[in-house]
Amino acid sequence: MFAIDPRRTDLALEFKRRPFGPHSPELQAVLNVLRGSLHCQNLLLVCTRPHAEWMLAEKQPDGRPPRLRPDLTFTSLEAAEWHAFRVRWEAVTGQALPALDRE
Amino acid sequence: MPRVIGYADPLSVAPGEPIRFMVGTLDGPRRYRAEVVRLVCGDTGPGGPGLKTVRLPTSIEGEHDGTPQLIDAGSYAIVEHPEAFGALGRFTLQAFIQPTLVPVRPSPRRQVVMGTWAEDRGSGFALMLDETGALAFLIGAAPVSTGTPLTARRWYHVAASIDLAAGTVTLRQTPLADHAPSLEQPVAITTAIRAAPGPAGDFFIGAARKAVEDGRLRTTWHFNGKIDRPSLLAGEHPIGLWDFAADVATDRVTDRSPNHLHGRTVNAPKRAVTGHNWDGSEMDWRRAPHQYGAIHFHDDDLYDAGWRPTLTMTVPTDARSGVYALRLEADGGPEFWVVFYVRPPRGGPRARAAFLASTATYLCYSNYRMRMRPGPAELFIGALPIVDTTDLLLMHHPALGASTYDTHSDGSGVCHVSRLRPIVNVRPTGRLWNLFLDLCLLDWLEAHEQRYDVITDDDLHTEGLPLLDGYSVVLTGCHPEYVSREMMEALAAYLGRGGRLMYMGGNGFYWRVSYPRAHPGMIEMRRAEDGTRAWVESVGEYYHGSTGEYGGLWRRQGRAPNTLVGVGFVAQGFDRSSYYRRTAASRDPRARFIFDGVQDEVLGDFGVAWGGAAGLELDAFNPALGSPPWALVVASSEDHSNAFQLVNEEINVSFAGADGRFSPAVRADMVFYEHPGGGAVFSTGSIAYVGSLAHKGYDNNISRLTLNVLRRFLDPAPFAMP
Repeated sequence: MFAIDPRRTDLALEFKRRPFGPHSPELQAVLNVLRGSLHCQNLLLVCTRPHAEWMLAEKQPDGRPPRLRPDLTFTSLEAAEWHAFRVRWEAVTGQALPALDRE
Repeated sequence: MPRVIGYADPLSVAPGEPIRFMVGTLDGPRRYRAEVVRLVCGDTGPGGPGLKTVRLPTSIEGEHDGTPQLIDAGSYAIVEHPEAFGALGRFTLQAFIQPTLVPVRPSPRRQVVMGTWAEDRGSGFALMLDETGALAFLIGAAPVSTGTPLTARRWYHVAASIDLAAGTVTLRQTPLADHAPSLEQPVAITTAIRAAPGPAGDFFIGAARKAVEDGRLRTTWHFNGKIDRPSLLAGEHPIGLWDFAADVATDRVTDRSPNHLHGRTVNAPKRAVTGHNWDGSEMDWRRAPHQYGAIHFHDDDLYDAGWRPTLTMTVPTDARSGVYALRLEADGGPEFWVVFYVRPPRGGPRARAAFLASTATYLCYSNYRMRMRPGPAELFIGALPIVDTTDLLLMHHPALGASTYDTHSDGSGVCHVSRLRPIVNVRPTGRLWNLFLDLCLLDWLEAHEQRYDVITDDDLHTEGLPLLDGYSVVLTGCHPEYVSREMMEALAAYLGRGGRLMYMGGNGFYWRVSYPRAHPGMIEMRRAEDGTRAWVESVGEYYHGSTGEYGGLWRRQGRAPNTLVGVGFVAQGFDRSSYYRRTAASRDPRARFIFDGVQDEVLGDFGVAWGGAAGLELDAFNPALGSPPWALVVASSEDHSNAFQLVNEEINVSFAGADGRFSPAVRADMVFYEHPGGGAVFSTGSIAYVGSLAHKGYDNNISRLTLNVLRRFLDPAPFAMP
């Protein structure tokens, strides 16, 4: 099975710069892993101010409401995608992403 | 979340006719404000025109006192002959059952197969599954159980034989021979009971009486799964022999015993389902009714919420045709939109253009929960799913029911949806989809001062071709995905008589639906055989129960969308939209009118629907599926993202490279063709298209070419066949 090489932070940077496709085949492979892992399928965004603010939430099984994360709100969809990417990268590779692109 | 919600009836109404609104508050009584508005444009945000509404002064505008209204979700059958069940001394309850949720999650509870148990009275009797999923019999305070849980999705024969004089009950749960190996053995126990059934009550199959509140029956302990041939015997004599294979298309439940204890179903459980003896030799329930003697009950089925009308009004005689909403608002929550449609006056003046609101599709998507449930949605969206606090209402109030994209609590697909309940996602806000996106088209028509009427799928299904007669052009919405036979035939007949059709979207004319006569306001659809499916229909259950029609894709029934609009569904993706590029065929003199004043080669590289006119769901030209060979593909999209994948009905053998980065088949084709009837068809082949119309003050290449088409289609001069 394909495994993410945690040294390929260039792919993380590619995602940060363009979170909504098209992606390079290598980045797409990373995204397939990050979004396809069972423990990574529980995130969604709840829009709390139309076109202005989104809150991260975690989906729950058995029809229960998502668990809202008021501590994780974003003012752009790009920032929300980047947060999810970072969290999942660390969860899957066991290594936190270093600071990229002068963030 | 909204603190006041509601729904309207009827859905489509003419000026001078009455309409009722059923409004209820959440979390206790509260004051709320109501106002009727005509919807012109949705809340597209800073990159688009933004929310536009026009107030319609009515008698119901203002503040009102609101109270909560209950929803009793969960399907069952009821036999309202209490006198027949009150004097039983020695009797047997038996049925074939296939439980589908054992135990109930997340909170285990009882599931009644049948009986008279009334929870509020603490009396009656019930054959049921206990909290662990074992067969049990309840009479008096505590149930008697076999102690052996049943297995989900296996068939059993279950029975309880009661002798009140002797004070005994014998329970038998017998697994039936099945194709799947099993180590289960029959279980039978006989044990003492010490109770009398108490006062007589109605007989329930699939639930128990909970109480009567606010004048309405409430039920509980709903059964998830199939029940086949339930019966009640007194000694050897039948009291009730209920035959679920009879009257399948209705809500009637027929008793074959001499007592004629007929009943009715509530909340539209799924009928025309395979029974315990289905052997695969027949797939059509009408050809082997004895193998289709079951009903599939769900604890979250809902047909008619049955709320009291709280606001009623007569649509002003001078109200113009349009999409309207009752806007409800209560302190502490966002507004809630109850959308309805004002059609042109019956027999009165009409516009020459009609917008056909995709009300069948809106309903199939109504109360869509899928994005809020765990699963791989992000993989096919290509981004995080997004909802808002109004969508969250569904997860806090599960009784509101689900969409045809969802599964029931037992995992089976939702194939019935009803408009007789509050619907959270048909509105001008939230996800830019369906009605919200269609409003971009109405806003564009207004911006160009083009008169239009609004008619609905529901009207078209009921009235057929006469509804369309007299319109020079009919414009669809961006995603007319769900279509009944009656709708399909009316549109084909309209074209055959010289009509002009502008198909303004993608993935249209895709699934077959039916409108059950026994359940007005409901749609039935079965995701049979093939297609891009949120769930897969159970084997042997592809035929609709309400009409006997074969469910599934129109493409699999000899009527691919290509035969009507020249294109058909090929790919979808939801992360970023793209653009079209003109083709050589766009220079054909037949297409000159389309591009009059359009110099650009690239079309629609802008828009509020994810940044481009070609996106979300895409259709392509394909003569092999019935696209007219003489049709002109005047533009095709390109440069789609990895998230766009060929749909599975386009793939026989799975292969790599079927996404938008690699496959040229992933594209939207913009198509024009002249119809032999003298009319013509223009198809955009993309859901995102209408989101580009307003760009740069409605002055852009998509707007211009669309206006060119509309003006030509309004011109009565016939189109000559090439």
